[in-house]
Amino acid sequence: MNEPTTKPAPAVGASQWSDAWRRLRKNRAALVSAAVLVALAVVSVVQPMLSALPYDRADLALGPTPPSAAHWLGTDLYGRDLLSRLCFGGRVSLAVGLVSTGLSFVIGTSWGGIAGYFGGRVDQLMMRVVDVLYTFPLIIFVILVLAFFAHQDTVFYEAFVAVYGLVNERARDPGYLPLYRLFFVFFALGSVSWLTMARIVRGQVISLREQPFIEAARSIGVGHLGIVFGHLVPNALGPIIVYTALTIPEVMLVEAFLSFLGLGTEEPLSSWGLLVAGGAETLDIYPWLIAFPGLVLSLTLVSFNFLGDGLRDALDPRVRRDS
Amino acid sequence: MIRFVLRRLLSLVPTLLLAVTLVFFLVRLAPGGPFDQERSVPPEVLAALEAKYRLSDPVWVQYKDWLADLLLRGSLGPTFKYPNRTVNEIIALSLPVSIQLGLWAMLFALALGVPLGVVGAMRQNRWPDALATAIALVGLSVPRFVLAPLLIMLFGLTLYWLPVARFDSWRHMVLPVFCAALPMAAHVARLTRAGMLEVVRSDFVRTARAKGLSERSVVLRHALRGGLLPVVSYLGPGFSGLLVGSLVIEKIFDIPGMGRYFVEAFQNRDYNLIAGLSIVYGVLLMGSNALVDIAYAWLDPRVELGR
Amino acid sequence: MSVLEIRELVTEFRTDDGVVRAVDGVSLSIARGEVLGLVGESGSGKSVTSLSILRLLPEPAARIAGGSILLRSKSGGELDLARATKAELARVRGDRVAMVFQDPMTSLNPYLRIGTQLAEVLELHRGMARPEAWERSRAMLEAVGIPDPGRRLNDHPHQLSGGMRQRVMIAMALLCEPELLLADEPTTALDVTIQAQILELVDAQRQRTGAAVLLVTHDLGVVARVADRVAVMYAGRIVEEGPTEAIFAEPFHPYTVGLARSVPRLDTPRGRRLEPIRGMPPRNLGPRRGCSFRARCDFALEVCAELDPERRAVGAEGSRHLVRCHSDDVAKMRATLPGVARRLEVLP
Repeated sequence: MNEPTTKPAPAVGASQWSDAWRRLRKNRAALVSAAVLVALAVVSVVQPMLSALPYDRADLALGPTPPSAAHWLGTDLYGRDLLSRLCFGGRVSLAVGLVSTGLSFVIGTSWGGIAGYFGGRVDQLMMRVVDVLYTFPLIIFVILVLAFFAHQDTVFYEAFVAVYGLVNERARDPGYLPLYRLFFVFFALGSVSWLTMARIVRGQVISLREQPFIEAARSIGVGHLGIVFGHLVPNALGPIIVYTALTIPEVMLVEAFLSFLGLGTEEPLSSWGLLVAGGAETLDIYPWLIAFPGLVLSLTLVSFNFLGDGLRDALDPRVRRDS
Repeated sequence: MIRFVLRRLLSLVPTLLLAVTLVFFLVRLAPGGPFDQERSVPPEVLAALEAKYRLSDPVWVQYKDWLADLLLRGSLGPTFKYPNRTVNEIIALSLPVSIQLGLWAMLFALALGVPLGVVGAMRQNRWPDALATAIALVGLSVPRFVLAPLLIMLFGLTLYWLPVARFDSWRHMVLPVFCAALPMAAHVARLTRAGMLEVVRSDFVRTARAKGLSERSVVLRHALRGGLLPVVSYLGPGFSGLLVGSLVIEKIFDIPGMGRYFVEAFQNRDYNLIAGLSIVYGVLLMGSNALVDIAYAWLDPRVELGR
Repeated sequence: MSVLEIRELVTEFRTDDGVVRAVDGVSLSIARGEVLGLVGESGSGKSVTSLSILRLLPEPAARIAGGSILLRSKSGGELDLARATKAELARVRGDRVAMVFQDPMTSLNPYLRIGTQLAEVLELHRGMARPEAWERSRAMLEAVGIPDPGRRLNDHPHQLSGGMRQRVMIAMALLCEPELLLADEPTTALDVTIQAQILELVDAQRQRTGAAVLLVTHDLGVVARVADRVAVMYAGRIVEEGPTEAIFAEPFHPYTVGLARSVPRLDTPRGRRLEPIRGMPPRNLGPRRGCSFRARCDFALEVCAELDPERRAVGAEGSRHLVRCHSDDVAKMRATLPGVARRLEVLP
C-alpha cells in the first residue's frame, strides 16, 4: 500500500544525521542509558585517581565488612575496598569495550567491505567463512585459545613483552602476567566478534557500490581500497554505528563470563565477572559482595542495549517505519 | 524431503571429523601438559604416567591410535584426572543431565518468549508492547551468572521455597532451568515481535482479513507461521547459547553436567576429556543446526530442497 | 438500484508530519452489474478508497473520519460499513464483498497450499466440510481457466506464475459469488497479454452473476476497455465522473485532459514525447483552500486560489457527468488532447 505515505525522496547527507539526532532525542530510555554509561565511565576512570584505597590493597585484619563511611560499598574477604575493585573492573570493561570492539570493527568492516565490493567468487568464499563461524559457539573457541595460549612460552607473550616493554622496562616481571592475560582476552574477543559487522557492512556496500557517486570516484581514478574505505564504508556509517554499539555490551558480557569461570581476568586484578564469581560463593553471608558488582554489570549491559536499540531506531532506515 | 534430511545429516560427517581433528591437535600442540601442576611427581613416575596414557608417542601416532579407538570401538580413552574413569563413562553420566537442562530450558524459553512477542506485535506501541519490550531487553542484558545468584538469594535463602543446588527432582530444576532459559526467552520474544510485525503488514495477511477471517484466525492460521520463521532460524544459535550458558549454570547450581567437567578439564589439561566433550558438543550443535534447517524447510515451502 | 453508495467519505492517516486526508469527501455509487473505473495517479487516494470500503486499512494509523459506505442487499437492507462492527464486517468480507489485490506475488500466503487458502473461504462463509470445499475450489479454479486444477490445489503459491496467481486470487474472490467485487489494480503487476485475460475474466463474472465491480487503476487503457463509468480522483477527491465514452471524448477537467494526454497511444507520432502533467500531487496536509490542482493547472483562474470548486453537472442530459472545476474553457483544454495536432509547450 503505497498511497498516502508517499514521501519525497529521503534527504541525504547532513539532514539525515540531524533527523537521526531528532529521533534519538525523543527516545527517553536511550538518553537515560547514555547518561548512565557516561557516569559509570567517568567514575571508573576518576575514582582510582582520587581514592586513597588501591584496588589491590588487602587488609586481612579488617576482612569483609558491609558498606560504611570508610568503605562506601564495603570490603571483600581480604579487606579490599569494593568500590575501588569495582572501578578497576569498570576500567577493564571499558577497555574490553574499546579494544575488542575496535578490533572487531576493523576486521568486520574490512572483511565485509572487501567481500561486498569485489563480489563474485571472493564474496562467496569470504561469506562462506562467516557462515561456518556463525554456527560455532565462539566463546568455546575463546576458552580453548585462552587455556592453551595465554601462557609465557608463546609468541603472543613475547609480543606483549615487546610492546609493554616500551612503557615499562620490567614487563617480563611475573607480576604482569595477569595483565598479559587480560590483553590476550581482549584480542581473542575482538578477533571472534566481527561476524555480524562483516555481514552488515557487506550488505550496505553491495547496495551502495552501483551508486553514481562510486562511479564518479572510480572515474577520477580512486583505487579499490580508496573506494571501499574512503567512500563505501563512510556512507554505510549509520548501521555500522548501530552494530558497534551492540557489540560493546556483547564483548563486555563475554569478558565477565570468562572471568566468572576463572578463565579471563585473574586475581589480583579485578573485573566485574571476577567480583560476581567471588560474591556468589558467599552470597548468603556477605550479600553486598554480589549485589553491587551484579547490579553495576547488569545496569551497564541493560543501558548499552537500550542505547543500541535507540540508535537502531534512529539510524537504521529499514526499521524506521515500525515506529 | 527424506532425501533432503539424509543429505543434510550426511553433510555433517566431514565437518565433524575436521572439528575433532582440530581440537585434538590444538590441545596437544599447546604448551603445558596434564601433569605439569603436580610438581612433586618424580620424573620416573611422570614417565610411567606418560607411557600409560601414550603421551610419549609422536603426536601423529597418538592421533592415529585415538581416532582408531574412537571409530572402531567408540572409545574416547581414559581421563587423566579422574582415576579409573573413562571419558565415555563421564559422558554417559553427565550428558543426560545436560540434555535435560537444555531441553527444558529451550521449551521454557519458547513457551515464554513466543506469546510475549505475539502480544507485543498485536498491541504494537501500546503499554503491553512497551512492557514486553522492556522486559525482553532486560532479560537479554542481565547475565545468567548474575541472575542465578540473585534468584538463589531470593527463593532459596530468603523464602526457602526451592533448593539451590543439585539436580535431583523437579524442584531442583526450577531455578537452573529458569536462569538458563531467560536470556533465550528474551531473544525469542524480540524475534517473534519483529517477525510478526513484518508479517502482519504483508499483503497476504490483508488478503486473509479480506476473506472475513476473525483476527484470531488471521494471526494463528496466516501470520504466525511466517512470523515464527526468524525464531526457528535462531534456535541453532540459541541452542549454542544455552550450551555456553550451561557452563555457568552448572557451576552455580552444582549440577553434574557436561559443562562442569568441561571447565574443569580445561583447567586440568585433561586432553582426552576435552576432546571427548568437544566431540559431544560438536555433535549436539551440528545436529541441532541440521534439525533447524530441516524444520525451516518443512515450514517454508519456498526453500529449495534440491540444494 | 446501487449495490454500493459512498457518501462524503473521509479517510485520514496519522503520519510523523501530521494528519493526512488521503480521501477527502468522496461520493460515488455503483449499480448492480456495473463496472466503475476509479482512476488517478499514485497518491490520489484511489486505493485508499477501495480499502476503506472493507475497512482493510491499518487501524489505528488510518481511520475513517467521516461519511458513510452503504452496502445494499437485494432485499433492500442497508449496512453502513463505515460504522459496522467487527462481526458484521467479517460476515461481509469475502462473502458479499470480495477483493482482488494488486500484487498476486505477495497477496497469497506463501506457506499454505492453494487449496487450503481457497477452501477456507467456503468453510467460513458457507459452512462447508473440507472435502466439499476443496471440490468447489477445484471447480472454481477450472472456471477461471487454470489448467489441471486438481493438482494446483496442492501446490504452494511460489510454484505458480504471476498470471496464474492472479487467477487464483480472482477465483478466491468469486467463490461466494459476491455482489460487489473490488479490484485494486488487478492487472498492474502482469504483462499485457495476461492483463487482457484477467480483464475478460472479471467481465465474464459480471455478466454471469450481475456483480458490481469497482476497478481501481491508473491505467486508462484498462478502464476504457471494461468500465461503464469512470471516476477520476485527484488529491483525495473525485474531480470528474461520467460515462466512459464521455470522459475520454469530452473531458471537462484539465486533470482528466492531462491524464488522457499522458497515455501512450499507437497513433502517437514517432519521436514525439509523451506529455506528463507537470509538478507533483499535493499531500493533503492541513485544511484545504482553493482547488488543489491549481498549481499544476494551465487554466487556473483567480477564483481557484480562493474557492474549492463545487461539483456540477455537465455534458449530455441524464449522463450523470459531474466535474469539480471553475473553468469552463473546455474547448481550449481539449485542444491539447492527442489527435488534435497542436503541441503545447509543457515542461517535461
